[in-house]
Amino acid sequence: MSLDALARSATDEARRQMEICNACRYCEGFCSVFPAMTRHRSFTDADMTHLANLCHNCRGCYYSCQFTEPHEFNLNVPAALGEVRQLSWERLAWPGAFSRLFHENGVALAAALAVGLAVMFAALQALRPESGEGFYAYLSHGAMIAIFTPAFFLPLAAVGVALRRYWREVEGQRVTLGQIVEATRSAGTMRNLDGGQGQGCNFEKGDRYSNARRVFHQLTLYGFLMCFAATSVATVMHYVFAWEAPYGFFTPPKLFGVPGGIILCVGTAGLAWLKTKADPKLGIARVWGGEMAFVALLFFVSATGLALYAVTGTAAVPALLAIHLGAVLAFFLVIPYSKMTHGFFRFAALVREAQLSRR
Amino acid sequence: MTEAYDIAVVGGGNAALCAAVTAAETGAKVVILESAPEFYRGGNSRHTRNFRCMHRGPLSVLVDSYEEEEYFEDLLLVTKGETDEEMARLTIRMSEECLPWMERQGVRFQPSLSGTLSLSRTNAFFLGGGKALVNAYYNRCEDLGVDVFYDAEVKHVNIEDGHFTHVDVSMKGGEPTRIAAKAVVLASGGFQGDLDWLTRAWGPSAANFLIRGTPYNRGVVLKDMLDQGAESVGDPTQCHAVAIDGRSPKFDGGIVTRLDCVPFSIVVNQNGDRFYDEGEDVWPKRYAIWGRLVAAQPDQVGYSIIDSKSAELFMPSVFPPIVADTIEGLGQQLGISGDKLARTVAEFNAACREGRFHPTEKDGLATDGLTPPKTNWARPIDTPPYYGYSLRPGVTFTYLGLKVSPTAQVHTAEGPLDNVWAAGEIMAGSILGQGYLAGFGMTIGTVFGRIAGREAAAYVS
Repeated sequence: MSLDALARSATDEARRQMEICNACRYCEGFCSVFPAMTRHRSFTDADMTHLANLCHNCRGCYYSCQFTEPHEFNLNVPAALGEVRQLSWERLAWPGAFSRLFHENGVALAAALAVGLAVMFAALQALRPESGEGFYAYLSHGAMIAIFTPAFFLPLAAVGVALRRYWREVEGQRVTLGQIVEATRSAGTMRNLDGGQGQGCNFEKGDRYSNARRVFHQLTLYGFLMCFAATSVATVMHYVFAWEAPYGFFTPPKLFGVPGGIILCVGTAGLAWLKTKADPKLGIARVWGGEMAFVALLFFVSATGLALYAVTGTAAVPALLAIHLGAVLAFFLVIPYSKMTHGFFRFAALVREAQLSRR
Repeated sequence: MTEAYDIAVVGGGNAALCAAVTAAETGAKVVILESAPEFYRGGNSRHTRNFRCMHRGPLSVLVDSYEEEEYFEDLLLVTKGETDEEMARLTIRMSEECLPWMERQGVRFQPSLSGTLSLSRTNAFFLGGGKALVNAYYNRCEDLGVDVFYDAEVKHVNIEDGHFTHVDVSMKGGEPTRIAAKAVVLASGGFQGDLDWLTRAWGPSAANFLIRGTPYNRGVVLKDMLDQGAESVGDPTQCHAVAIDGRSPKFDGGIVTRLDCVPFSIVVNQNGDRFYDEGEDVWPKRYAIWGRLVAAQPDQVGYSIIDSKSAELFMPSVFPPIVADTIEGLGQQLGISGDKLARTVAEFNAACREGRFHPTEKDGLATDGLTPPKTNWARPIDTPPYYGYSLRPGVTFTYLGLKVSPTAQVHTAEGPLDNVWAAGEIMAGSILGQGYLAGFGMTIGTVFGRIAGREAAAYVS
């Protein structure tokens, strides 16, 4: 089946389930999806795309549901919305050729990593500078910029195209600052995984509530943002203040990067561990491997970054530098076509929900 | 099974769980024998959504106050006096302390659901509904070391000389085995899952009824106890039935099968004739009589007809309505005579008069010279597309039960049995002898479950 045909049948199935939910409404208190559902009597494809991306897969509705399998209504809302959501990322990705590659396929992601590593090892071999300090002794600042500027901005541009398509599909309007603030607050606290009352979601403990997933997700999110901040602040220091690497520990890049890397390692390790405990049938089973590989890649990026700092001044630096930069390169390249893309879509859905819920 | 239990709890719904938790908290060794498989555990409780609770001031999610007298009057109104006042007032008074107790067991409440604002003062809604409540209690039971057996159908409660000794249980359909305990709490619900019994009690038309809740309430224990001389309460021929979507599953359709379109519609039977005033009162006050009304029609089926003006005035239905551009076409799609339906609609339309239509209160917009009349919300059905829903009686519960004392002890003609208690639907008939009050079944189950658990635990200690 084509991607569009798959999306149609997934949307029809999710719509069937939402129509049953809309006659029940017991789950209104768990998350944003059910209050959003009650705004409708019937659901257009755009409504379904919006609800699907608003769903954070907390699974509260599944474990509370009287109508899950073996009941003949056979509801599994987290999986049904999950499939619509997953297919929306794949449908709207640009360019379409890569759209499914890294979602489903952990091996493809590993291959991307291998390519990243190979590129960096080759670069270090071929472009070794005459002189330079710290990492720049192995790969010049100019070479790094030449590789990473396009490797960062091209995927971001691809994400931009996908988001534009998404926004058009869900009939989004002009965004206001207030809506951004509301969406940021929701994402920043991961409110949609708190079960509605702070008791958490249903993941690794079945029908018991737990905040473990919310905590590990936020460690991953904030750890990642700190690492990103470390790189950003270093860029500013380099270009604006002509303060070049290497940086000592008590400098902004390290003060963000080292704790950020540790937090990111803990968060991703936690998420991977929880994933092994949870019921795959309530997620998108076909992307389990791809998701796991992505979490592993993120862990690998942060762990090699920390290791690189730990081996400062030893003979291990060039090899570890290539490994770390290779992992970062692979990570950048798969952003639009892997689990990483969920953050962009989810944030857009939260902004859209802020628009719709204020009417 | 060699383990010696202090207390055997027969059933696995709200009342059974409240009894088990209460008893296990005292240190008693408790076993729950639930006849349903694990997925369907919890009986009808898994379909419930709220708990009617007395409160003298704001309490948890409940606003304002709801005091004993008002609560009791509400009960008198629906039961038309068919209630034991002492037991009813005991239930009402104890409901207030139940809510915080439930929260301590892990039950979570949420503000009134959309479309149910009228209940925000009287009824505390469960976050996630009744199955979430059931899950919370089973988790609590697990933490307290209660043994739970699913697919465990109690065939016989053995009583010798007025004293309980053991139950015979069929595990996963196997030959009955014996489980002994020092006391037993019977909380296994009514008999509405047994269609043969329902047909014997109500008449042959009951075979066409849909059962809104669990198929596992087959009344096996109830019958066994009555056969052994336990005293009964409640009308043995009656069940509580509402009109639900005729396309609903035979069993277990639950909340979603309800249809709230009747007041804005005309309802006809298979012959295309109207048979009752659809606009007698607001729907929450009338939905309960429509099960009985539809049950009295040929083949126990009715058809509710609206036009596009009314299509969005009620909660969405679980299945989409039948839609047609003409009344004749709608009749044909529903499987009744299109011409006859068109005549009935034309007669009704001719009897409608001008006036203010107000969907959420009695608006007095009545038909003129029509039999039977429609006394509110009578607007002509004239704006296509037209929508139709089939209606069938959906049984919620049965009234026949065991007579118990205020301490939940089961009675025989010779007096109370010394170590047998009952809670929930199996004894609710003495308090709710007729009609229904939203969320009151859960109140009876919680209050008497706790009483039974407490009394049984005191007996065995």
